[in-house]
Amino acid sequence: MLTLTHFLMLSGVLFAISIAGIFINRKNMILLLMCIELLLLSVNFNFIAFSRYLGDINGQVFVFFILTVAAAEAAIGLAILVVLFRTRSSINVQDINSMKG
Amino acid sequence: MYELIFFGMYAFVLVAAAIGVIASRNPVHSAMFLVLAFVASSALWLLMEAEFLAMTLVLVYVGAVMVLFLFVVMMLDIDVKSLRTGIMRYAPIGIIVAILSVAQVWSVVWLRNSGLPVMARPAAAPADYSNTKELGAVLYTEHVYAFELAAFILLLAIIAAITLTMRRRAGLKVQNVAEQVAVKREDRVRIVKMEAESD
Repeated sequence: MLTLTHFLMLSGVLFAISIAGIFINRKNMILLLMCIELLLLSVNFNFIAFSRYLGDINGQVFVFFILTVAAAEAAIGLAILVVLFRTRSSINVQDINSMKG
Repeated sequence: MYELIFFGMYAFVLVAAAIGVIASRNPVHSAMFLVLAFVASSALWLLMEAEFLAMTLVLVYVGAVMVLFLFVVMMLDIDVKSLRTGIMRYAPIGIIVAILSVAQVWSVVWLRNSGLPVMARPAAAPADYSNTKELGAVLYTEHVYAFELAAFILLLAIIAAITLTMRRRAGLKVQNVAEQVAVKREDRVRIVKMEAESD
């Protein structure tokens, strides 16, 4: 029988994979953005699973808003990436050091 | 039983695609694997009877966001080789963190379930149940302010993306539409009064 546990475990695995991806691809900014998309997807999984098993539609409303914010984030992130590549001709995170942070 | 088989199949595809995203050499392949991950999770969301969000995920993510990603990946001339140097140095710690977080999540989920009655799966919704209608009924009443705020965030994203990437290059021969529209007859036509000539 398909239980809530299955979905929670799957979303946990997805979350862990994307965290490992952030560690592994820590130089490539495009892959960092993709890993953030995966992280948000795994969080959405949790919301939808709980919404289904608790019988509360508000979880799905939350997923709707997360999707909106994630789309906006992807658009602005990619725009920043394009500007960065134009000025630096590189998307290596280690090259972004002009603020000496 | 069939649901479990379906879940297993799509969960396997989803996890494999997620590993493909983080392990591919080529960013284009990563983007394609991410598309596969979104499609597989959309199928899983259908299994959880979130039909509207499953369709939204395919339309918005696969149709718009991933196309944007592919566009940027292909537009930029990225030196992949230099980005992949030293990738193995941080791989072990990344894998350790991943295993730790999986262990934590699973132990919590597992311990809560062991000995406790498993939360029963709610009965499937009747055939005339509309997930979209249900979602809209809540979205436009209880959450209407959040909905308007989301619309504002999208507008902000449009303006930010355009202003960030727009640039004016010097020496470019572009039309000034406002000037063209505002032109008057006197600017273009000159009437010359002269004597009629006769031969």
